[in-house]
Amino acid sequence: MNRLVIKGGRLIDPSVNVDGLFNIYVMGGRVGTIKPADKDTTELVEGAPGLEVIDATGLVVLPGFIDAHTHLREPGFEYKETIKTGTQAASAGGFTSVLCMANTNPVNDNESVTRYILDKAKAEGIASVNPIGAVTVGQKGERLTEFGELKNAGCVALSDDGVPITDGTVMRRALEYSKIFGLPIISHAEDPRLALSGVMNEGAVSTRLGLKGIPNAAEDTIVARDLSLAELTGGRLHIAHVSTRGAVELIRAAKARGVNVTAEATPHHLTLTDEAVSGYSTFTKMNPPLRTQDDVDALRAGLKDGTIDCIATDHAPQSTVEKDVEFDKAANGIVGLETAFSLAYGLVEEGILTLHDIIRALTINPSKAFSLNKGSLRVGSQADIAIVDLNKTWTVDPRKLKSKSKNTPYAVKTLKGVVVKTVVNGSVVYDASKVN
Amino acid sequence: MRLKRKDLLGIEELDRSEIEQILSTAESFKEVSAREIKKVPTLRGKTVINLFYEPSTRTRTSFEIAAKRMSADAVNISVSTSSVTKGETLRDTAKNLEAMRPDCIVVRHSSSGTPEMLSKYVSCSVVNAGDGAHEHPSQALLDMLTVKEKKGRIEGIKLSIIGDITHSRVARSNIYGFTKLGAEVTVCGPPTMIPPGIEKLGCSVTTDMNAALRGADVVMMLRIQMERQKESLFPSVREYSRLYGLDEAKLKSAKDDVIILHPGPINRGVEISSEVADGPYSLILDQVTNGVAVRMAIFYMLLGGTREESLK
Repeated sequence: MNRLVIKGGRLIDPSVNVDGLFNIYVMGGRVGTIKPADKDTTELVEGAPGLEVIDATGLVVLPGFIDAHTHLREPGFEYKETIKTGTQAASAGGFTSVLCMANTNPVNDNESVTRYILDKAKAEGIASVNPIGAVTVGQKGERLTEFGELKNAGCVALSDDGVPITDGTVMRRALEYSKIFGLPIISHAEDPRLALSGVMNEGAVSTRLGLKGIPNAAEDTIVARDLSLAELTGGRLHIAHVSTRGAVELIRAAKARGVNVTAEATPHHLTLTDEAVSGYSTFTKMNPPLRTQDDVDALRAGLKDGTIDCIATDHAPQSTVEKDVEFDKAANGIVGLETAFSLAYGLVEEGILTLHDIIRALTINPSKAFSLNKGSLRVGSQADIAIVDLNKTWTVDPRKLKSKSKNTPYAVKTLKGVVVKTVVNGSVVYDASKVN
Repeated sequence: MRLKRKDLLGIEELDRSEIEQILSTAESFKEVSAREIKKVPTLRGKTVINLFYEPSTRTRTSFEIAAKRMSADAVNISVSTSSVTKGETLRDTAKNLEAMRPDCIVVRHSSSGTPEMLSKYVSCSVVNAGDGAHEHPSQALLDMLTVKEKKGRIEGIKLSIIGDITHSRVARSNIYGFTKLGAEVTVCGPPTMIPPGIEKLGCSVTTDMNAALRGADVVMMLRIQMERQKESLFPSVREYSRLYGLDEAKLKSAKDDVIILHPGPINRGVEISSEVADGPYSLILDQVTNGVAVRMAIFYMLLGGTREESLK
């Protein structure tokens, strides 16, 4: 049986409140024992067959990250991303599990698509892939999908992400019916009649650039609706990519009332404002749009006080066909898996969040929100591990991204915090020292 | 005198002295259009491509005449007859045009920011002939020239821009231009047509037409697009016209020597009554005349001599 030993690193595992120097012994893909590094007298025979030793001295060892919001694009849009390249990007970013959205072609609204994704992931994926099924057939917002079948096939949540569910009754029924299966309904909260043909945040910057704006109210009103419906039904709601102060405040109040809701924010909404759109780079076009500093501050405070549970990437690969066009015509979204940790760690460096805050939001919180039983390195758990160097910096070079698409607004930015190694199920799937 | 820039993408990026240089150059070119033989050899051998993705009569013709009066060769491409209807992307169109070695591409597009994108794709000069609701720099320059001619100055002038500010690139370019030259700019329209944060561009804002007219030296009326009714931006043309249409009765609140501008095309009886449009205060046709001179100046200052020379 293969063994992996990670020696001398600083283990931070918020799920069990551990932060210290430990040696981690992995066997058969699971965490075997964890011993304080200074008291560990185990003698390892270096070079013994089946034994791999990682010297993590000076590094930080974390539960592998879980991305609650990834677009793997397969099936249907393999020219943008595949399960293979998407999971490679994930592992390069320290993510050991991704939840992949249903807006593929065909839409993941039945078990054959779910099984196709899982079979592909088993054959070619190097991170754990957890499909999200569609809430409505074809994401048309009309008829519910067969939640039971999707759950049996392996879906961990349901969402029409990319397309808002405009019919309040459909959303209500989804929240009610999903209770049988305990599947969270993920809301892409946007009123398309308020967003209209907007292409960026509505405000002083959209006015200056002459671009059509999307008001915060387009998000706030639907977050308010969905929170009311979750309260009415007792259903399990997760709000995707929160971008506004109003939404943060609504979710905070709802949580205080005991509404069964979790929420996520993306690294880009936590680090960029609509000022980034100046210059009309289509890599700053996403939905929801980049908002104002006031909104960014609210998101950060929400993450700090637990209103926002997860940092999720909304990794949305787009090719040059979608992005190298007029701003109005360009598709939404940016790739995010490979920059997420460093961007989140930037907030730690700035003194806005603690290391524990961001680790929780990348590990145990998404695991709990989607009942994954991951995001922890307690003894016996699956050995999904990210090893990072917090003292090193790297410069984002889109050509070197593992993702098939290169649509990142962070090109040539130098970020602190480097993912050194990623371990899935006890095997090293990413090793920064072995890539260019 | 040549501008120290490759492109003219907007007024926002220009400083006061650049604007003044363009205006004084335009003044000197006005005389050419009054000659028997309306042509100077200055830009002989230069090629200008007018690439219009939106319909335009006045602006496209004006750029074409300006180029020809400078002896440049002007080629017009309108989208309905081009490969764009076959699905060619902006980048491919730009690269193909560039391969024919033009000296300048004049571009109009309904999507804001397109001239800036184009300028990154090509090495020749790019002139923005209007992009979405962003900027229309040559229009603002001709407006400034018209006001300067009639009032003798722009410094201290009170300009009110009235109409659909949200969708107006003319308003934005004029706010930048006039405020940079020391004028006071007020924008006026129904709240549904005043975009958020417009005051950050340097103007003041009112929804009261009479307040906008009172004390104004220059009133600029903007075209109202009828299809905006469907977006609930105003309930009816009738009510819009009553509240924000400029007629002789409302004009009484303005100064005796007020001048009226309109970028055209005008909707008679909607944002401006025929009596006002054709009346003594109206400079609408002077604007069109000045448009040619301003565009001659733009070509001259972007294409004349060599860019390296001007940087010396």
